[in-house]
Amino acid sequence: MSKYIMPNLQKKKIESYLNEKGKRLDGRNHDEYREIVVEEKISENSASGIRVKIGNTEVLAGVHLGLAAPYPDSPNEGTFMTNAELHPMASQQFDIGRPGINAIELSRVIDRGIRESGFIDFKGLCIKEGEKIWQVFVDIIAINDDGNLFDAAGLAAIIALGKARMPIYNEKEDKIDGFSEDGIPLDKDVLSFSMTFHKVGDVIVADVDKEEEAISKFRLTIAVGDNNGEPRITAMQKGKAGTISSEDMEKILKLAEDKWKEMFIKIKGYVFE
Amino acid sequence: MVENLYTKRYSDRKMTEVRTMKAKVGVVPSADGSAIFETGRTKAIAVVRGPRTLHPQHMQNAETGVLRVNYGMMPFSVEDRIRPGPNRRSEEISKVTEWALSSVIDLSGFPNTVVDVFIQIPQADAGTRVAGINAAAMALAHAGIPMREMVSAIGVGKIDKTLVVDLDKYEDSLFHDGEGSTDIPVVLTSRGKEIALLQLDGKISIPEFKEVVEMSKKACGDILKVQMDALKNISEESK
Repeated sequence: MSKYIMPNLQKKKIESYLNEKGKRLDGRNHDEYREIVVEEKISENSASGIRVKIGNTEVLAGVHLGLAAPYPDSPNEGTFMTNAELHPMASQQFDIGRPGINAIELSRVIDRGIRESGFIDFKGLCIKEGEKIWQVFVDIIAINDDGNLFDAAGLAAIIALGKARMPIYNEKEDKIDGFSEDGIPLDKDVLSFSMTFHKVGDVIVADVDKEEEAISKFRLTIAVGDNNGEPRITAMQKGKAGTISSEDMEKILKLAEDKWKEMFIKIKGYVFE
Repeated sequence: MVENLYTKRYSDRKMTEVRTMKAKVGVVPSADGSAIFETGRTKAIAVVRGPRTLHPQHMQNAETGVLRVNYGMMPFSVEDRIRPGPNRRSEEISKVTEWALSSVIDLSGFPNTVVDVFIQIPQADAGTRVAGINAAAMALAHAGIPMREMVSAIGVGKIDKTLVVDLDKYEDSLFHDGEGSTDIPVVLTSRGKEIALLQLDGKISIPEFKEVVEMSKKACGDILKVQMDALKNISEESK
């Protein structure tokens, strides 16, 4: 992966605009997301296929369910795996080949956010205890990277799970016979979604574009779910070498709470309606 | 009000108490810097080699040296053998450790070089990434790498409704009752108490998370003392 090259002049321009006006070069406020567009059914062959665009950043995500034997330590639970591919079609900075550290980190952060929230009902994925379970795969492919792939990929993953159709298990022949009308077993009450904040200049910024992402000091991804109307953190990950001061942490938590209240209903709609 | 299922630690530790710590600097004679850090049954060895020329050449940075971290668990460190070599977990931990340590070191005096940090876990009882970072910070200081501050690392957690520091394996992964277990590795800089590493998975409210940050400050203070004592005690022959 090569480094994103940006002139120092542009860096200064972005930082001074944020520091002085709290605004970004595209006119957005520091805490404003770009337009989110969601499209369904991009692949009829899988349990679900979703396209998510945040501004010009675009990812596709699909869910597959397969048959497998359970792990010995959880004989009555299905399994879940997230895979993310930063494909070279999405950016000059991505290379073909096995997943690098950026793709690994992205998939692991999304995996943890979903797994730990309790969104997937793993016991509901058991077909026969100790013998047969469903494996759930979420595959995320980056199509265009214009910054904040974390949030686009996280959103695509939860929508793909929410929209996934349950396959029909043919016990006699031990195979899958197409899809049923039902969704996969989920606990809809604990849905959480992740928001990523960066420090650019002296300002905490939501939904960075490619240039802001390249010059940010740190990033902090926070997955927030609902606990009887109150926000509840289900996953966090700090990235990059910058450190977070106590004041910045306060600002981020406040911003995460505000943005969660603003966006949660809309995101719930994408996942379930 | 639902009952809290974890009001007493099974190990009789206080909620804010770190396990018994041991630290020693200069444990690998051929290295430029090395240290071992133990908390309870978790052990981490860190070795620093460099600054040395970075190959391949296109990886070099003409403005500064770069830090490269490799974290791994030894195959016999846990009950089920771990297949040797990198995996997704170890690659991610290596990267977040690299970011945490990079935040306090200054390699601008060593352009085109690399400082390699190798972290290995011979025995694991949860908290291996933070033990590794505690060892690595000492090893970097031992190697004479310019550092603005030290860093100390702690795993804070929430078990059912109780916040605790320095979870062991039982508390980290075997406690599933009530709200289960939430694991939050934190790395703090020694002077500014700024967050250099933060990860979380589980379920926690925003006020509880603020409490976690405060608890990590106290625990990191205790750990820093152990690290600094070990650095002061470097024996002459290990230099």
